[in-house]
Amino acid sequence: MSSQTIADHDHHDHKPVGIKRWLFSTNHKDIGTMYLVFALIMFFIGGSMAMVIRAELFQPGLQFVDPQFYNSMVTVHALVMIFGAVMPAGVGLANWMIPIMIGAPDMALPRMNNMSFWILPFAFALLLGTLFIDGGGPAGGWTMYPPLVLQTGKAFPYLIFAVHFLGVSSIMGAINIIATVFNMRAPGMTLMRLPLFVWTWVITAFLLIASMPVLAGAVTMLLTDKYFGTSFFNAAGGGDPVLFQHIFWFFGHPEVYILILPAFGIISQIIPTFARKPLFGYASMVYATASIAILSFFVWAHHMFTVGLPITGELFFMYATMLIAVPTGVKVFNWVATMWKGAMTFEAPMLFAIAFVILFTIGGFSGLMLGITPVDFQYHDTYFVVAHFHYVLLTGAVFALMASAYYWLPKWTGYMYDEKLAKIHFWLSAIASNVLFFPQHFLGLAGMPRRIPDYSVQFADFNMISSLGGFAYGISQLLFVYIVIKCVLGGKKATSQVWEGARGLEWTLSSPPPFHSFTKPPKVTKALMDY
Amino acid sequence: MVSKDIYFIPEPSKWPIVASLALFTTFIGGAMLLNQSSNGKYVLILGAMGIIYMFAGWFSSVISESLSGSYNRQVDVSFRMGMGWFIFSEVMFFAAFFGALFYARVLSVPWLSGEGHGVATHQFLWPAFKAAWPMSVMPNPASFTAYKDTIPATGIPAINTLLLLTSGVTITFAHWALKKVQRNHLCAWLAATVLLGALFVYLQAGEYHHAYSELNLKLSSGIYGSTFFLLTGFHGFHVTMGAVMILAILFRSLKGHFTKNDHFAFEAVAWYWHFVDVVWLGLFIFVYWL
Repeated sequence: MSSQTIADHDHHDHKPVGIKRWLFSTNHKDIGTMYLVFALIMFFIGGSMAMVIRAELFQPGLQFVDPQFYNSMVTVHALVMIFGAVMPAGVGLANWMIPIMIGAPDMALPRMNNMSFWILPFAFALLLGTLFIDGGGPAGGWTMYPPLVLQTGKAFPYLIFAVHFLGVSSIMGAINIIATVFNMRAPGMTLMRLPLFVWTWVITAFLLIASMPVLAGAVTMLLTDKYFGTSFFNAAGGGDPVLFQHIFWFFGHPEVYILILPAFGIISQIIPTFARKPLFGYASMVYATASIAILSFFVWAHHMFTVGLPITGELFFMYATMLIAVPTGVKVFNWVATMWKGAMTFEAPMLFAIAFVILFTIGGFSGLMLGITPVDFQYHDTYFVVAHFHYVLLTGAVFALMASAYYWLPKWTGYMYDEKLAKIHFWLSAIASNVLFFPQHFLGLAGMPRRIPDYSVQFADFNMISSLGGFAYGISQLLFVYIVIKCVLGGKKATSQVWEGARGLEWTLSSPPPFHSFTKPPKVTKALMDY
Repeated sequence: MVSKDIYFIPEPSKWPIVASLALFTTFIGGAMLLNQSSNGKYVLILGAMGIIYMFAGWFSSVISESLSGSYNRQVDVSFRMGMGWFIFSEVMFFAAFFGALFYARVLSVPWLSGEGHGVATHQFLWPAFKAAWPMSVMPNPASFTAYKDTIPATGIPAINTLLLLTSGVTITFAHWALKKVQRNHLCAWLAATVLLGALFVYLQAGEYHHAYSELNLKLSSGIYGSTFFLLTGFHGFHVTMGAVMILAILFRSLKGHFTKNDHFAFEAVAWYWHFVDVVWLGLFIFVYWL
């Protein structure tokens, strides 16, 4: 180290070099970069599986793949996109941005941070490896319902252990974020001055710590049911397959907020910047996010209205679900009110953010429809559900991630991205994703079931339109990769401020920021956030 | 270089990636074993050795950083938050199994015997089934062998409750001794805690043996056996881990690592021990007693 220190003496910014910089990293920016690159790779792996699905569904009848493989594509697509793409992208952003937003030198527990990341490639090696062993990958759906999932072949223990492994990574990541935010804030960075992205991530971290261990418990029970003769989900021994669904969705519903809350945070950063106004209703945003998080633990059975719950259960979970619309509505109205009479410009991050507000709201409304017990009996397990969660997760979470990438790329790389290409990427994505998912509402309402590789002929036209939208969306994401690589390699130099209307500590640092962000705690005043 | 009096950032470390690799190997070994592959056990052992190597190496580097005075108050608080939330995540892991227990007792078993909206289920599936807890006759008795009896709360479980509660007291005495800088007392109380923990595990293992060999109560004894063995088994595993942690703390105390004001590792282990204790009380009440 001594020679290196001398070589870089006047930088005071010595970085480890070579492969060890990445393998042994304790630096939040490097780890954040690894998370983001990993998420992008997984986005394309999961995306190529989606392409297989849409190709198969292009026409009725079996065209390209056998049903077993189709089902494993559906299953692994979901697991890869949730645990490999959206969550790691969110953690990557948290790693990069939280320390520089709160004026910290790094994450609170840097070594554990690196372990959280390095688990991911190994966990996905376990999961994706199953596609190449006898009997193929898991094909019982990402929700892993017994008894179907217990019929999985040799892939089964790998699936379970991959889920355990990913859970370890998520819990460690969440603990780290909580310790960072509560312990590493610069003087003056009071809780109610935290940027909303930080707030949404802290709340997400609580959700992770409370829900991931429950998933670990559920899949452990699956494992012992299959290999050690237990009867958790076997009615013949007094258990109940529906018990799995209860435990799974006790994790699963907070999980969907784990995917979307960081996106809410991103949008709450971007809209004020490009509307050049402070966020409308900051405190109400914080409380709304916390309310959504708390409510998320009391709504799980709205995923299981058709399993034969007692009527009191159906009613309770319906009303609790309706209740979530209130804080979510608060957020949507606050974003709209932030834009009201703002001096708006429409750079790529803002375009994605506005599209998020509109399209996420569509997904939110179809969610309300699904939350109404009696109508859910018609929608359950149809393409309406598929349309719903892709509106909230693709045009919701993924659009927010794209927005964040354009918003912060100049900060990360020190160069401006190609705005013209980014706008083309936006319009292609926005149009293609609606062509892809909007017709699926009609398919679902007409009764097309999900997770089946074939369908009856009256669904043919909408499926063909949907597939064309799917291919267009898939191809247009390659443009994103090109824009990112081009930006990393060079371009117009970015200033520290980057965006005229941006506020917060991260914009006081150079672009790119020094290897160790703050060597001394910065003083945070209210003026820093003011317009 | 980040100034140490303000911030502490550890140097790049190989341990995180060693940990990931070791866990990966362990999982592959476990999966191979479950898939009846004869080489699985070697991979599993390799992975387990990797995990032990990683723990030893990672902790010894943390200990030497701590002893060299690299840590400041802020690092201490980060560690405390980390341990606290880790224990909370463990609580949620147990919550899943307690949830399964309550669901079976209160809902699924009564439904199978026709209560509530389970009338049709009862008539079409196993009309002869009558709900009971402990449930020694399964809904479908043909695919299970009945067990003779369950383990009553009186006897060994009551003794074990006493042992664990006492161990919670002894570790507190150890903490008081540490604060009064009485190293001999500290070590003695820690040793007593380890012994109590070990005795607990020994008696619990004896109970398992008794259940399997004489009572015919097994993991495969329907939902009662499933919840009984997984809840008590995961708890027993946690007690074992906790006892190993206290043993490590005992060795560190013998070497004089802890000072009156600076002994986070001790406190973390003590918190963990109390957590294990509280889980046991839940088990004793809901698994053995009620």
